[in-house]
Order: sequence, then C-alpha cells, then structure tokens
Amino acid sequence: MFSYTFHWNQALKALPQMLDGALITLQVALMSMVIGLALALALTACRLSGNRVLGGIAATWVEIARNTPALFQIYMAHFGLGNFGIHLSPYTALLVGIAFNNAGYLAENFRGALKAIPDTQTRAGRSLGMGPVQAFRYIVLPQMLRVAFLPATNQMVWAILMTSLGVTVGMNSDLAGVTQELNARSFRTFEFFALAAVIYYVIAKGVTLAARALASRMFRY
Amino acid sequence: MFNTALTISDLGFLAQGALMTLAVTAVSVAAGTVLGVIFGVVRNQIGPYWSAPLTFVLDVFRSVPLLIQLVLGNAFQSIAKLGWPPFTTSCVVLSLYTAAYCTEIVRGGIASVPPTTRRAARSLGMTWWQDMRYIVAPLATRVSLPSWIGLTLGVMKDSALVLWLGLIELLRASQVLVTRLQEPLLILMICGAIYFLISFPIARLGGYLEKRWSND
Repeated sequence: MFSYTFHWNQALKALPQMLDGALITLQVALMSMVIGLALALALTACRLSGNRVLGGIAATWVEIARNTPALFQIYMAHFGLGNFGIHLSPYTALLVGIAFNNAGYLAENFRGALKAIPDTQTRAGRSLGMGPVQAFRYIVLPQMLRVAFLPATNQMVWAILMTSLGVTVGMNSDLAGVTQELNARSFRTFEFFALAAVIYYVIAKGVTLAARALASRMFRY
Repeated sequence: MFNTALTISDLGFLAQGALMTLAVTAVSVAAGTVLGVIFGVVRNQIGPYWSAPLTFVLDVFRSVPLLIQLVLGNAFQSIAKLGWPPFTTSCVVLSLYTAAYCTEIVRGGIASVPPTTRRAARSLGMTWWQDMRYIVAPLATRVSLPSWIGLTLGVMKDSALVLWLGLIELLRASQVLVTRLQEPLLILMICGAIYFLISFPIARLGGYLEKRWSND
C-alpha cells in the first residue's frame, strides 16, 4: 500500500523559509484583526445610532460577511474590484477580504455582548451622576469587553486560518503560499503540507493559550 | 454592466456548481454529524482522561486551515493509492472537519442536561440507552440544534475551498466564467447572491430557534 518513500529532510531543510512565511501569516492576521476591530466598532456605532441609512449599511455589511464564504470575499477584493479599475495585490486583497470578514463577525459579537449588559446598569450609572459617555466608558465597556473577549480571540484564530486562503489568489509570501511554492518545485506535497499543518497548529494553540492567560489576568475581579 | 455576454446556459453552469456545493455539504454534514454524535457521546462517557487522544486529534482538525487539510487528504489518498476522485476526498476531509466541530456541540448539549435529571431517569429503572434516547436526546437537541445549524452553514461556506482539488463547485464555476467572459464583478455578485440566498434564510431560522428555545 505504501510504496511511497517520505523525504522529511527536504521539508525540514525548508523550515526557516516556512517560519518566515509564518511571520507574514501572523502579520496579515494581526493587521486584519486590528482593522476588523476598528471597523466592527464603527459598524456597532452605526447600528446603535438609530440612523436608518447607517444602520442599513451596517446590517448589510454584517449579513454579507457572515453569509458568504471568506474565499468569496477575498475573490471579490482581488477580481471583483478590478471592474472599478482597482487592482489589488494578492497581499492587499487577502488583507481586505479577511478584514471585511472579521468586521462582520466581530460586529455581531459586540452586539451580542452589548445585549448581555442590562439597561439598568447604564441607568444606575447615570443616576449616580455620570454622563452618558462616562457611563458607557466605566460601566458598560468593561463588562462588554469581558463578554466579547473570548469570541474575539476565536475570531483571531479564524483570521490566522483564513490567511491560508491567500494562496488561491496567488499570494506566495505567507505560510500557505511558501508551502505551495516549495511544493510546486519538489512535488513533496505531503511532507511540506504536513509541516505547514504543524506550524499552523502551534500558532493557533499559542494564540489561544496566550489569550486565555491574558483573559484570566485582565478579568480577575 | 447591463449589456453582458452572460447567457442562460452560463447561469445553468452556475446552478450546476451550486448543486455541487450543496451535494458536498449534504454528504459531509450527514457523515460528520453521525461521527460527531458518536465522538461526543464517547467523550462524555469515558471522561476527559481517556478521551484525551480523541480530543487532541479533533482539536487538530479545528486548528489547521481547511485548505491544508484538503491538500494533505488528497496527497494522502494518492500516497496510499486509494484512487479516490476529488469528490470523495473532499467529502472525507470535510466530514472529519465537520465531525470535529460537531463533537463539541454534542458534548455541550449532553453536558447541559442536569445530572439529577439523568439520575432520576436511571432510578426509574431506565437503561442507559433509554436514558440517552428519551431523556438526554430531546433536551440536548434543544440546546445543540441552533449551533448545529450554524455549523452546517459554516461547512456550506467552507466547502468553497474544495475548488483547490479541482471540483467545480459554485465559486469555481464562477471563476471559470470570469476567465471566459472577463466580467468579474457581475459574475461574482451572482455567485455571492446564490450563497447568500442559501445561507441567510437558514441562518435566520437558527437565530429564531435560539431565541425561542433559550432556557431563560
């Protein structure tokens, strides 16, 4: 059954190259997460503003981000925007696609977290003489962050996994792209991708554990 | 944008792609759910210590990108000379991927049934199987179904990645049309609309059930 000889040496020799790729993967994931968080806050603000147009835009964004594949969103950024004469590089297209996706999911996450905090909390803060901004800043926000933190770290792991989709639009500098390039040169598909899988696993676990440690320190009270 | 070269038969091609997406999803979710229920019950039954290896393997499926899993699965089947067509490979990999998530959902559902309720059932003389069938299953389903619907939709969206193995599903079909007609925006928008039309109503149903069935 197994007449195939594994050549793990070749894959291990390429490890430094792949780790460089892993750094790019982390970089894209982190940037997409920061942009996604900022956009998600803006979307949440739009939804809460009570303005019909802004709320409609935010709702549409969230529903599209959540109901179409991430790969489709990346394709849209890479191929679709070409119709408007905007030609994004694979790196930018990947970043735009994932940030769009992150924003949608995080906005929904924030909305759920806000809902979990009873109105009475704000009212209690206000009746203690706090202004609306103060009440939000000191009463609602800390509690909301607490509820929203773990789902947000899940989203970070998702973002890392999603960066692997860049290879489908020709990205060749992140972990999946580097692996694919090495694979195209040597046809040692299984070895290279198995090593990539191990690296992805380590990164994903590392992020999860770090987030958990951070959460237990930050939300100790 | 309004004088397009897109013809009816091209739309038929997209519809065929959509059917392929649905077929892959249906097979994978069905197989993945069966596996997930088995794994979930096993994990619950033998405790965290003995199920650690299973937990680890399932965790790997959730922490490695699906694209890498598909490539590995395909490389493995050619190394082992199984001679599977891309459809089978895709379904096998996606089923395991689904099973990994489904196990968590099932485990959560079973854990949500109060132990006192189960003990009461056993005290009434029910067997383990009767307890599972008549007490745990109905209660756990209420808790798990909304997340399971979410998982099904997630798999439907993730099934777009099987294009990497050369399977012509919805996204790949639209890519083929884009290459031929050079109208990326229109075709991708149709493709996205199809995904949206499949996903959105079911997502709404899941949200409704979650609200309706929540215990508070």
